[in-house]
Amino acid sequence: MPYRSNLEKRLSEGHFVVTAEIGPPKSADPLKIRDKALLLEGCADAFNVTDNQTAVVRMSSFAGSVLILQMEMEPIMQMTCRDRNRISLQSDVLGATALGVRNILCLTGDHQSFGNHPAAKGVFDVDSLQLLQIIQKMRDEGIFQSGDSLLGIRPCVFLGAAANPYADPFEIQVDRVRKKIDAGAQFIQTQSVYNIEKFSAWMDDVCSQGLDKKVHIIAGVTPLKSVKMAERMKFHVPGTDVPDFVYERMKNASDPAKEGYQIALKTIRELKQLKGIHGIHITALFWEEIIPSLVKESGLQSPR
Amino acid sequence: MIITKQKNVEELLRCVDSKPVFLIGCSQCATICHTGGKDEVIALKKAFETKKIPVSGWVILEPACHQMNDKRMLKDNAEELKKSEKILVLACGNGIQTIAGLIPEKEIIAGTDTLFLGEITHASEFHKRCIMCGECLLELYGGLCPVSQCPKSMLNGPCGGSSHGKCEINQQIECIWDRIIQNMKKRGTLQALSNIQQPKDWSKAGEMNRRI
Repeated sequence: MPYRSNLEKRLSEGHFVVTAEIGPPKSADPLKIRDKALLLEGCADAFNVTDNQTAVVRMSSFAGSVLILQMEMEPIMQMTCRDRNRISLQSDVLGATALGVRNILCLTGDHQSFGNHPAAKGVFDVDSLQLLQIIQKMRDEGIFQSGDSLLGIRPCVFLGAAANPYADPFEIQVDRVRKKIDAGAQFIQTQSVYNIEKFSAWMDDVCSQGLDKKVHIIAGVTPLKSVKMAERMKFHVPGTDVPDFVYERMKNASDPAKEGYQIALKTIRELKQLKGIHGIHITALFWEEIIPSLVKESGLQSPR
Repeated sequence: MIITKQKNVEELLRCVDSKPVFLIGCSQCATICHTGGKDEVIALKKAFETKKIPVSGWVILEPACHQMNDKRMLKDNAEELKKSEKILVLACGNGIQTIAGLIPEKEIIAGTDTLFLGEITHASEFHKRCIMCGECLLELYGGLCPVSQCPKSMLNGPCGGSSHGKCEINQQIECIWDRIIQNMKKRGTLQALSNIQQPKDWSKAGEMNRRI
């Protein structure tokens, strides 16, 4: 069968993939995206373009994705349900796929109170599961959420979703994945892994239910750049789990950035050994320049 | 007042699924709305009994959203509650949740749909007035609220769909902006509308609790 995207092709052919995150700028400057893309070219199979992440206004993920396409690289356009209702979301799916976007990651989105416009009205007309289902039906059945038919070309897109093994209640997190698969998810990108033990327990459950055969799971890795960042991740960012020993290692390090890099390297190597993991998703917040060496040294680089 | 609408009996019968049921009504809003007062609770009891569904008992709470009163009144009905498998509540969504919190071991059935916070215009006619946005702007608009009554919540005048005092989305809806303008014109305060009203702080509509 013809693949919708290079990411789908690589995963389907059994390659261990790499995806990396590119955060759009707080400006209308296309060079900011291009510079990051140039830095990361060849390091990953596809590049996540975030959608006003943490509810902070930035260039749209739609525009960012098109800028990535113009560099002949492959974007994964992130779409959240916070800022757009079902009319706007479906319209953007048509527009983005018309312009060549072939991967979409469906998210509910961080609440607006976390960002720089806390007075904004959150939309949340649909949630991530419903968005997956809506896009899947547009693609496979040629119908909009209302039941109306698309007239002409259907959106050709490889669909993804997020999973967080560190969210509570733990016992429901595997079922969330199953629901996302049922709703149309073909790949899953996980929350950044620091607690590998808990992640392995979650993956065991995922595999025992055979879900690893139905979806490609790509494990998240975010290198810690400083003690301050480790502190933020441990104590302030909801849904992340930085174990005490990782935090201590960062605190006691003479060069925290180097230590954070070593931790990330070790995490990647361990994740690669886990059954059911088909790739690594690297989010290097304000530290994109570290990605090329991280990819190379962890042995992730392969001909693409 | 909180305006509710009773779900249809067929749907309620399906939810009850022939299991013994205890009925709860509310002395305030649902009584005035004729959706969950004594009359409606007894009518539903009769409807269930003709379908051979056992009704273990019933009570009208005063009102259902008052947790302390509920605890006292439900204690008086402990025996009847025990005999039931399901509890059907004819109150607003607040009341139903208060009861669900007090009786976590029983299956709760919502007997009504909660529609809006409204005015009792006539004995059987209600109109939406407030959407509880958390930041009242009524003084800017002569006491008429565009946040709740304009379907687009427009703060800076009517949209292009206002026609002969009616709203574009439905001829049954009056254009609140038409009324605001007529009203302020009469009072000679129309000038007050010439300033641009800035985007609203919707975070104030997100308050989840309050303690005094």
